Amino acid sequence: MPEPFIREYRLSPLGDRALVIQLGDDASAETALKVRCVTERLLAQPLAGILDVVPAVCTLALHYDPLRITLPDEATGPYAALAGQVTALLQAIDDFEPAEPVTFDVPVCYGGEYGADLEELARAHDLSTDRVIELHSAALYRVQMLGFAPGFAYLAGLDAQLATPRRSNPRTHVPAGSVAIGGELTGIYPLELPGGWHLIGRSPLRMFDASAEPPVRLSMGDRVRFVQITPDDYARLAEEQG
Amino acid sequence: MTLRVHRAGILSTLQDRGRYGYQRYGMPVGGVMDEHSHRLANLLVRNAEDDATLELTLAGPRLEFTEGALIAICGGDFAPTIGGQAVPASRPVLVRAGSVLDLAVCRLGCRAYLAVAGGFDVPVVMGSKSTYLPAGIGGFKGRALRRGDELPVQRAPADLYPALHRALQSAEAFACPKWSVHANAALLAHDHHRIRFIQGRHFARFSEASRAQFVSAEFRITANSDRMGYRLEGPTLALTEPGDILPEAVTFGSIQVPPDGKPIVLMANRQTTGGYPLIGEVASVDLPLLAQLPPGDTLRFEPITLEHSQELYLQREREMALMREGLRDRAKQ
Repeated sequence: MPEPFIREYRLSPLGDRALVIQLGDDASAETALKVRCVTERLLAQPLAGILDVVPAVCTLALHYDPLRITLPDEATGPYAALAGQVTALLQAIDDFEPAEPVTFDVPVCYGGEYGADLEELARAHDLSTDRVIELHSAALYRVQMLGFAPGFAYLAGLDAQLATPRRSNPRTHVPAGSVAIGGELTGIYPLELPGGWHLIGRSPLRMFDASAEPPVRLSMGDRVRFVQITPDDYARLAEEQG
Repeated sequence: MTLRVHRAGILSTLQDRGRYGYQRYGMPVGGVMDEHSHRLANLLVRNAEDDATLELTLAGPRLEFTEGALIAICGGDFAPTIGGQAVPASRPVLVRAGSVLDLAVCRLGCRAYLAVAGGFDVPVVMGSKSTYLPAGIGGFKGRALRRGDELPVQRAPADLYPALHRALQSAEAFACPKWSVHANAALLAHDHHRIRFIQGRHFARFSEASRAQFVSAEFRITANSDRMGYRLEGPTLALTEPGDILPEAVTFGSIQVPPDGKPIVLMANRQTTGGYPLIGEVASVDLPLLAQLPPGDTLRFEPITLEHSQELYLQREREMALMREGLRDRAKQ
């Protein structure tokens, strides 16, 4: 018998129409790999009644229609029945060979009108703005999860010197494309949204397109590198994007 | 045929039962707030239950029908009239070409659903006709209705409710039957609303005092509440040991508690994930009632087991199936 790939997990309800599979308690790459593994398995072999599979940092949620869950007998309710199916699925996973991660270069125009908080953030860490840009664009980030907004990727791997608690008073309008730092993470706002992260630059890349399949550019496990561009480059690339 | 918008109302958007299959990309489900009223409105005009209806909020629109149409209005009471004559809710209504339907300020509940037989003729975006305003997609041009809009409607089968067609010939403004389906207006008439909940994933992390207060205290829905979430005013809820949680999925009805201790119930336009502890989730069968409570109303949370909540859900679906069959027969008369 091969050793099961997922040895520890915990199932719990999220209301009466969702089930959460907890695969760890941390934000490590190792936990993320388990989340990806189970997500890919559930997408490849969908269980009846599942409407959505939502992976996060150390959990994934299955949204389901209780009416469409196959019940083994009259005494078993939809949650217990689904939990049984999920348990069987998890125990049957004996291996996971993740696909080679894709690396995306994301062009970003730092500071000025593009990143209104760059100077303040640099001052708070006693760094020059050039040094902040250097540190931010030197790292290779990992897409931890998507959430908050369509196409918003939480990027892990921020240099510890740049970690900054979220703003105490969030902005009501953060421009689309804003590249920002929140806590130990960085990310790109796909739409104009309210937000509490510190804006250090802006990317002309469109991160979400409802008419594309898939509608988002980044997915879990992908790698991201930020590449500094000039305002002229920004204008040209923005025009190319339409 | 089109619906000509003479007045748009506060927030009138096309919504269906939501955009599923894309939450893993961070795309919110959205869709109707009061799914029960939405489904009934569709069933009354023999549309598919997941077809889009027009969701009205607090103050309604004024709409002209360029052709005759079969409509139904369910949910909150917007005192609808055609030519000054009251239009009864929760039943099929056959209107003439050129009729102007006036939906006033809501006097009970806070949202209503207008279904038109044939359904609204708008593109399906990412599997749904729901309007998602932050991204400007779905519904009618990705936005709420505006004055002057011409909202296209697909042609409906001509053989629905033959008796109403006969009645319309001698009627003044419109024709409708004497019967109606059960609406949730009766529930709304109470002053104090009971909202049942299932313990959340972080329930045990809340202090004993907070857990006790959560089920005993009254909460008031604040003005800062919308399709995304209801912010509640009441006792401040605290964790035994304060601390963040790693972001994870949330759902319609998740009750999250940010560091200020004031709970927020996540509604139709909720994000896919959240980073605040979840004290509970509202039972699905109580979401339509909650969705009809306007700011200023009060509610109490009452615990319910997951098993009981799912039984209630299945029971409601059985009732809905009976309703579907019953209305199919009525539509032949």
